[in-house]
Order: sequence, then C-alpha cells, then structure tokens
Amino acid sequence: MSAGQLALVIDDEPQIRRLLKITLETNDYRVYEAQTGQDGLSQFAVVRPDIIVLDLGLPDMDGIDVLKSIREWNKTPVIVLSVRNADTQKIAALDAGADDYLTKPFSVGELLARLRVAQRHTQPQSDSAVFQDGRLTVDLLRRQVLVEGQPVKLTHTEYALLKLLIQHAGQALTHRQILREVWGPQYVYETHYLRVYVAQLRQKLEANPTRPKLLLTEPGVGYRLVYDEP
Amino acid sequence: MDSEQRPDSGALLVATQKEEARQHRGKLKIFFGMVAGVGKTYAMLESARQRLADGVNVVIGYVETHHRTESEGLIEGLTIIPRKKVEYRGITLEEMDIDAVLARHPQLVLVDELAHSNAPGSRHPKRYQDVLELLDAGIDVWTTINVQHLQSRADAVRQITGITIHETVPDSVFDTADEIELIDLAPEELLKRLEEGKVYLPDQADLAAKNFFRKGNLTALREMSLRLTAERVDHQLQDYMQVKQISGPWKSVERLMVAVSPSPLSERLVRWTRRMSYSLEADWIAVYVEPPNPLSPEAQARLSHNLSLARELGGEVLMTSDNDIVKAILRVARQRNVTQIVVGKPSRSLWQALLAGRSPVNRLIQNSGDIDVYVVTGDKTESAQRRSLPQPIIHSGIGEYLIALAVVCLVLLLGVALDPIIGYRTVAVALLFTVMLLAIFLGRGPVLFAGGLSALLWDFLFIPPHFTLLISTFEDVSLFAMYFVTALVTGILTGRFRLQEKAARRREANAEALYTLANETTQATTMDALLSTAINKIGHIFDAEVGIILAGPSGDLFREPYPASTLTVTEKELSVANWAFENGKPAGRFTNTLPTATAQYIPMLTPGGTVGVIGVHTRQPDRLAMDQEIFLQTFVSQIGLVIEHELLHKKAEQTAVLEESERLYATLFDSISHELKTPLATIAGATSGLLDDQINSNPAARQAMGENLQEATERLNRLVDNLLDMSRLESGQLKLNLEWCDVSDLINICLNRVEKPLAAHVVITDIAANLPLIRIDFVLMEQVLVNLLHNAAFYTPPGTHIRLQAKTDGTDLLLIVADRGPGLPPDSVNRVFDKFYRAPGAAAGGTGLGLSICRGLVTAHHGTLIAENRAHGGARFTIRLALAKEIPQAPQELRT
Repeated sequence: MSAGQLALVIDDEPQIRRLLKITLETNDYRVYEAQTGQDGLSQFAVVRPDIIVLDLGLPDMDGIDVLKSIREWNKTPVIVLSVRNADTQKIAALDAGADDYLTKPFSVGELLARLRVAQRHTQPQSDSAVFQDGRLTVDLLRRQVLVEGQPVKLTHTEYALLKLLIQHAGQALTHRQILREVWGPQYVYETHYLRVYVAQLRQKLEANPTRPKLLLTEPGVGYRLVYDEP
Repeated sequence: MDSEQRPDSGALLVATQKEEARQHRGKLKIFFGMVAGVGKTYAMLESARQRLADGVNVVIGYVETHHRTESEGLIEGLTIIPRKKVEYRGITLEEMDIDAVLARHPQLVLVDELAHSNAPGSRHPKRYQDVLELLDAGIDVWTTINVQHLQSRADAVRQITGITIHETVPDSVFDTADEIELIDLAPEELLKRLEEGKVYLPDQADLAAKNFFRKGNLTALREMSLRLTAERVDHQLQDYMQVKQISGPWKSVERLMVAVSPSPLSERLVRWTRRMSYSLEADWIAVYVEPPNPLSPEAQARLSHNLSLARELGGEVLMTSDNDIVKAILRVARQRNVTQIVVGKPSRSLWQALLAGRSPVNRLIQNSGDIDVYVVTGDKTESAQRRSLPQPIIHSGIGEYLIALAVVCLVLLLGVALDPIIGYRTVAVALLFTVMLLAIFLGRGPVLFAGGLSALLWDFLFIPPHFTLLISTFEDVSLFAMYFVTALVTGILTGRFRLQEKAARRREANAEALYTLANETTQATTMDALLSTAINKIGHIFDAEVGIILAGPSGDLFREPYPASTLTVTEKELSVANWAFENGKPAGRFTNTLPTATAQYIPMLTPGGTVGVIGVHTRQPDRLAMDQEIFLQTFVSQIGLVIEHELLHKKAEQTAVLEESERLYATLFDSISHELKTPLATIAGATSGLLDDQINSNPAARQAMGENLQEATERLNRLVDNLLDMSRLESGQLKLNLEWCDVSDLINICLNRVEKPLAAHVVITDIAANLPLIRIDFVLMEQVLVNLLHNAAFYTPPGTHIRLQAKTDGTDLLLIVADRGPGLPPDSVNRVFDKFYRAPGAAAGGTGLGLSICRGLVTAHHGTLIAENRAHGGARFTIRLALAKEIPQAPQELRT
C-alpha cells in the first residue's frame, strides 16, 4: 500500500537516519532526510511527503515547534521519536497533533505498524460503520457491541469511550484527549474516571481482563485500541 | 649506669626545641656593651660590610650614627630602608618602617638601639617588639644594647649609679639571642673618647650623663656586662653539651616559684627569682593567690604590672584563688614540683603581728616540708607604700544604716517596756541577738554601727544609774565590755564573711557564664547561631561591643566582621586584627601592640591554628581587672575551640562525601564498564557475523545473530535506563507524575515488559479483587516492579516459581515479588539495597544499581521496600504504599 510513498525523516542522528532510510526503502518508501528542524520544514514544503518521522530532540529547534508548523499547513501524518522518561514530551506531541509516537530504541516492526495506522487514518474513511477486530464487533450506526457474537451492554460513557478509541484504532490517545472528547473540556485532569471506565470496559470486552489484549495502556501517556488490519 | 649521668630528658627536650625553633626563625645577634660610646654601632656596621662583601643581602632598618664621620663612612654602600615619619603632637619623629622591612624581606637587617621606645601610634610601643616580629618573619637581625637596659639589671644599675632606667628590654629577648658580641672598652679609654667628643650624648642629659660616666660607675657596669656575657657562654656550653650528649655535671632539676602580690615589693621578688633561676638554670613560676576581697584599681594595676614583668622575664604566670594564701601557695608548689619558694619578708609592725597572729611566712616555712623557702626583703620606701594600700571594703548605702538605727531603736523601746519584767541584763542579750540578726542582712559598717549604738544606749538607758554612761558594778562593767567586743567581732566577721561570699559569687558567676557559654554554643547547630551567641554573651558579660572576624578558607582574615557583630571595624582596626591573627597575640587597646586602637583584638588560638579574631571594645574606659581579662581570654579560646570543632566537623563531612563519591565513582566505572563491555562484545560479534557471507546466507544463523543483537541491546537499554533513573534520584530532580492508577493495569504492563526474561519461569499473579485506585507515578512504579521481576528471573533457576501478589491490608497497598531461588545472603539482606552491592557469588551481570533504584523510587512515593528470605527458601520483596484516605469515584450513570 505504501508503494512510491514519500517519507521525510527529520533527525539529527546519522545512524538513526540510516536505519530509518534502509527500513523505509525496503518497504517501498522514497525517503528524504533532514538534519535540522529548519531543513525539515523547508523540505516538507518542497517534497510534500506522505508521512513524516520527526525526532523531538533536534539541535536547532524544539521538535514540538516543528510539528506545530507542519500542522499549520496540513494533516500529513507525523510519527514522533522520543526517549523514555520523556512522557510529558510525548503527550505534548500527541496533543499538538502528532499521529503517534515511538520510544527509542524501537523495533522496525513497531515503526512500520505505526506508519500504517497513521496513514490509514488520513485516507478517506471507508463508509463501513462496523468495526471488526478479533472477538469484538461494534456497529457504530446501531450502537451495537458484540463480543464473540454475544451482545454486551455498555453504559453511555463506556460506549462513548469505546467509540472514540475505535475511531482512532491503532493510535495512542492521551488521557487529556480522551477526557476532553468523552467527558468534556473541564474534566481533562480527572484521570481516575478513565481508570475506572477502562477497567469496566476491559471487564466487558476482554477475555482476560487482567491481561488485556485489546485495550492497552500506554504508560504515562494514555490508551491505545489495538487494531490488526484486516 | 649512674642515674646522675643521664641527660635530663626535659632539659634535652627544651634544648632541642630551642634548636628547632631557631631553624625557622631569623637569627638575632646582639652587639652588647656596658654603656653608650663603646663602639657597638661601629662594630655592627663593620661586620655588616663584611657580610655584604660575602654576598649577604644586608639592609639598614634603623641606624643612628649621630653624624659621626667614622660610622657614616661605614654606612655608604649599605641599603637603607627609608624611615617612617610619625607625627606626634606637632613633632615629626622618625622610626624604623617595619612594614617596609618585612616587605623587602632581606636576609639581614640592622636595627640599632634595641631598648628604644617607639613613637606613640606605632605598631609596637617598643623597638624590641619590632625586632621579635622581624625574627618571626625569618629575617636575621643585628642590634645593639647596653647592659643598663636589661630589665633584670635595671635595679642594680639604679643602685650603683642612682639613675633610674626607663627604657628596658626583657631578659627573655636577650636570652633568645643566638649570638652576643661584647664590645668591651677600658673605662679610661672611654673617658678619653668622651673628652675628645667622640661619644654622642643627648643634649638634655649633660649633667646626669656626666655623673653617669664616672670611672667607678663604668667599672661596675663593665663588670656587670662581662659577667653577663660569661654566664651566657656557660649556658650555651651546657645547652650544647646536652644536645650532643656530652656527659657533664648535670644539675638536679630545680623549679622556683615566687609568690606575687600587688605590692611594689613583688617586683623586686620577681627580679630576684629570675636571677636566681638563671644561675640555677631552673624554670620559674610566678603565682598570684587571689584573695576573697576584690582589689582596688590601683592595686589591680600594680598586680598586672608585676605579673607581666614576671612573664616578660620568662616566668610562667599562674593564678589561683584561696582564702588561705599559704595553703594555696603550697598546693600550687606541690602540683608543679616546685623545689624552692620565694616570698617577701613581711614588714609588719608588732601591733599588726599581734592582731593577725602567726604570720603567713612562718606558717609557710612550717608546712613547706622538703621545699626550700627563701624570704627576701624589700626596701623601706617600698614597704611604706605598701601600708598606704587602701583596705578594700564594701560600701553600704545610707539605707542600711537607717535600717540598723530603726531596728535597734525598736528593740530598745521593747526593752524599756519589758525591763521591769525581764530585767536589763536580758535586754542586753536581746540586743546582742538583734545585732547578730542584723549581721546576716547588713554590711559591716551598719552592723558595727548597730553594735556600738546599742551598747551605748543600753548603758545609758538600762544600766544603773540610769541616763548616765556611768556603770556602778563590776559585773555590769564586764558585761558591757563583753557586749561591746561581741558586737564588734560580729560586725568584723560579717564583713569578712560577706566579702568572701561576694568573691565566691563572682567566681561562681564566671563559672556559670562559662558553663552557659559552653552549653549554648554546643547547642547552636549552625555557625550563625554559634557566633551570634558568642557575640551576645561577651557583649553582655563584659559590657562591650564585640566583633568576630573569622579566617577565610584561604587562611587570611575576612575583610569584614561577622554580620552579627556589634563592633564596627574600620580599615585601620582591621589591620590591628590582622596583626593579632598573624602573630597569635592579642593586639590593640590595653596591649603592647598598637595600643591606640579602639578595641582589643584577641586571636582565637586552637590546636589546629588560629580560626579568627574577636574584637572587644569595653564601654568602661579602664582596663579589665586581671581576673576578668583572663576570664575573657578563656572565653575567647573556648569560642575558638567550638568554632574549630564546627569547622572540622564540616570538613570531615565534606571529606566523607568526597570519599563516598570517589568510592562510588570507582565502583561505577568498574561495574559499568563490565556491563557495557558484555553487550557491546555481543553486538560486535553478531554484526560481524551478519556481515559474513557464510552466516548471512544461512537463515537460521542469521536469525540467531539477530536475536543475540536484540538481547544485547535490551541489556544495554536497561543499563542506560537504570543509570538515568539513578542520576535523577541522586540529583534530587526526580519529579513524580502522580496520577490515579489501576493496580492490575500496572501489573499487566510490567508482565508484558518482562515476558521474555520470565519465559523460563512459572509466573503466578495473585491480584486481590476490587483493589482501590492508587495515586502513584505509573511509569516509575512500573520501573520498580520490572526491576524486581527481572531480578527474580535473573537470580533464580529456570523452572522455579515467581509469585507476584497485589493486596491491601486496609491502609496500605502491598505489592510482593517472591521467588523460590537461593534467597539473599542472610547476613546482608539489607545490603542488597546499597548502591553497587552485589551479593557474594552472584551470577555475572548486573550493576548492583537496580534494587538501590527501586528503594529510591519507592521512598520517593513515601512507601517502603523491604527484602527478606522466605521460610521455605527464596527471596521476597515487599513494596508497601499508603492508600489514599479518600479514593475518588467516577460519576455513576445508567446503562444505555
């Protein structure tokens, strides 16, 4: 699906750039490289890439600012690269419109999966209002939730939460994003709502609620609904 | 071996110390003569020229040629340090510029006329003090002096010539000279030179000088100087013999002690003792026994004079206090192994002798045992002065007299009323009783007054015949006499008792003040508190403005006094403080150095050096009493000790921190380099393998290499994570991102992360149902659990069980990781949390950081992490985190 797609890698580390270039080219991307934020932004304007991999630690400017500048233009999917213990940075990037993030060191498999998910979301959504993944089927039009074919009753909020996650299936959503969408802007700090409702959802949807396979926690960041592409 | 032959170790030590002190000090050479005009300056200049020719750096600090051509010729070619001009009452005086000499720091400096008194306002009142400072700075000094200027000879010179010498130099200065060159000239020759006008005489001294330069005088002075030089040569020989262990007639160790009082006689005793000890080569002590009653200011001044004279003459000064002077003297004598005691001969009249009973001297002789006692006479003029010493009394106010009068009158009135019933003799007893009662409350004066008054009134009013002072019967006469004497004695005894009490109270107050100082300063936890306390205490006790100037880390005094100081220290005063600091002696007001300063600066000397200077400006214009001054010095040294203790403590802490960090640094590098090298070696091997065509073409081998690489990088990643966590913990930069978390969510994430390392083990999770939310930093707590699980996998054999449990005991949440491995070494269960601690025989790999980080992170959550061994084998780690009192609830809602 990515044949001939243009990817822009903005990272100051030559080794990371090389790794990304090889990986992406092996997967049929055409790769452009930028070492600095400024360089990245000018290449972005010229190349018009289909996807951007952006390192948040750049020598000349803050990666978040690069991201914001890109978002002023358009919604080109952006995957940010960050280090561990930089949760606030990740959250800031997601809140600023990054499509997803990767923690260094990352595996190639992870990177490709993120890229796929991010790109899928930018493509025109298929009209199918039915979400189907493994044991879960959700009919968004009829507000019907089936687990292994059996209907499951969700509360209003549980459903709203699940719906949001399905709309961003495969993507990480920050606590803030979820709370704002589901409960409203004044509840963005009430993370305990989320803990309670996520636990309730897992009880209802997961085969083993203590070892969830569907509704995953992104430590310190938020949640992600796993979605294996059909 | 004959014990008499053995060198006395004490004396040997003294000789060696002298030798050592000389190594660093400059050398002092004295050109010594009997009188002015013998050619001392000339000889000194001549020798100096010789030295200059030898290449020695010689300068002239101060030389007075009195414009004599011979001497002036010799000065040519020698560098002269310009003299310092001092304005004093409109006259310009010229003095040696000691700072210029110190700054130039020549090898040898010539300083004429050692006994000279400096102009007021100079650094030291006396030139010999300048010389001592130059010597201390390591500069050799040549100087000149005449015999009459030696302190111990001043008396003798006065007796011979009738001229009182004012400018004197302590004998101790003379004794420290490394070389004495006697410039001798026959009296006839000198008189001839005098006639030829070759001897300079000061203008004002013509007549006196002519009297002085008589042949008889000159001969006596010549003998004196020759003898002194000969004695010195003798001493030097003995010092030499002791150092070189040459056997000789070793003298038994004598130690002299002289009892000093405020009396002018004592000065003589001190000089006498010094001469005696010098010829006996004995140490000597001057002791002052503080009487219970305080001294008058004049007596105080004379005592200070006598004691400082003793100090200057090389004696050790001791002070003790006792009501019984004899007991005190003998006590000190026995304590200090004194062999000879010197006391003054009492010049008391028969009346005094009768009144006071056996004289102290007699008692001293009687009780001295094997200690010799010298009784030395004073001369008459001096003893006359002694009698004029004012008797110290406590002045009672007029109020006390009025009270005495009122009480006596009241009792008399009662007596008048009761006389018919009890009789007039009982009234006498009642009156006596009253006087004695008064004695408890009133001073000596009022008591004597009450005694006398009541005796007379009793006689007048009660003894028949009434209203006359006549007494008719013998009985009444004796009764009246007895009454009178008893009342008198009561009064006197009261006075003495009260004086003693007052002295005791003063001593007690001093001791109390020292005690509270010690107490408060040790309680002061910071340097600030300590110094403020010290400033307040001294200011309060001595009614003074106080400034503390500490020494900085560079070893110099700070330019500013400590902020809490009450004393303003000007730039000029600071230089006084600096002098006191550098020379380790008090300077400024009431001292011999820079006495024009506003405050006295006392260095805080401690065993480790001088920690600073305390400046004290007492508000009263007079010098502090001797005991108060000693008390102040005790105070200062006490503060110095506490400050030093505080500084040492700080230093020790810093050293400990430094040592600890050095140790950690070393361990870190050891363990980190190993931990880095292992995965790096794996990565290097695997990558080279992947670049190899043979391996690359084999899919199984390629896969294996890839897995190897992955494992190695994970290991490296863990190490870096741990190091980052450690540094965040250590730097105190760790900021918890607290949020409400679901415990089972946390455990799930952890289990996911350690899936691979735990693959070979059986993991049992036991999560209690309905655990409340807990407020933690999810990522950090995840790190803790992952580390614990990782350890469990790493240190236990494959196939064994690892149990992960989460439960609550109502107040706390407990997260438990337990294994069935070999357990922890029993004697070091708790050491596993130490940084870089690795249990003996532990499997290779690991930095010893993991558990230390875990404990740090849990502690940051105000929780605890403990390690223990399980009853049936294996280790158990328990994290205990407090549950919130109120667990927030999510809003309830209806189902759709």
